Amino acid sequence: MSEPTDVGCGVRRIVHRVAAGDIERGGAASSEVTAELRALGVPAAAARRAGIVAFEGEMNLIVYSTDGGTITVEVTPDAIDLTFEDDGPGIEDVELAMTPGYSTAPEWATDLGFGAGMGLINMRKNSDRFEIDSRPGEGTIVRCRIFRGRS
Amino acid sequence: MKLREIVERLELIVVSDGGDPEARVVGGHCGDLLSHVLASARPGELWITVQRHVNVAAVAQVAGLAGVVLADGVRPDDALVSKASADGVAVYASPAPAFELAGRLHRLLAAEGR
Repeated sequence: MSEPTDVGCGVRRIVHRVAAGDIERGGAASSEVTAELRALGVPAAAARRAGIVAFEGEMNLIVYSTDGGTITVEVTPDAIDLTFEDDGPGIEDVELAMTPGYSTAPEWATDLGFGAGMGLINMRKNSDRFEIDSRPGEGTIVRCRIFRGRS
Repeated sequence: MKLREIVERLELIVVSDGGDPEARVVGGHCGDLLSHVLASARPGELWITVQRHVNVAAVAQVAGLAGVVLADGVRPDDALVSKASADGVAVYASPAPAFELAGRLHRLLAAEGR
């Protein structure tokens, strides 16, 4: 994890690197995000939503990405922006991936209780704004915004 | 009912003594699919599961759950014990199956009108 940096205009930025397949470190980034947001005085309901978004995004990077990726958290006076980026493999059919219950998780992941086909849906449900941009062979970016004052 | 009282009444074995024993448990949630728990469990609920790995602690923490009960004699991975202790997540274990634990918890909470 990088130390939180002040990037101006009251914006704090924290970048977490997540390794592919590193299930034993799974949940580390999202736990840290939750703790950081509480320390920064983010209201409990918004911190909880951000924690859930961070966990689901972190698990997507661990289970599905080719070479891992990054979670960037920016805390502004009004909102929390979480951005998840990886370099592949990309999602062939984003609409299908957003279908409840659809999953391509490998068996090792489903044995551990992942791959319910709810990860991206949980991210969207807990975000006030949600965008996903994915290109097969290039990678995926998921952007989630959570307004601090909403529960 | 307070977490401490539930631990006594259900005869739970303490795995990680985190959380707030005086916190009021508002309900229970049974499940082993992590995303389903994140989608459905409410803050302050006690989570009954047979998942034993490290990510259980993170789910309980981000979802603001009262604690985790490992059912059916499941023993936690060492990494789960370490992370739960470090992050202050209460984790318990019981030889009883999830169905029985949920039934007993439900009776305790129903008796106080929850």
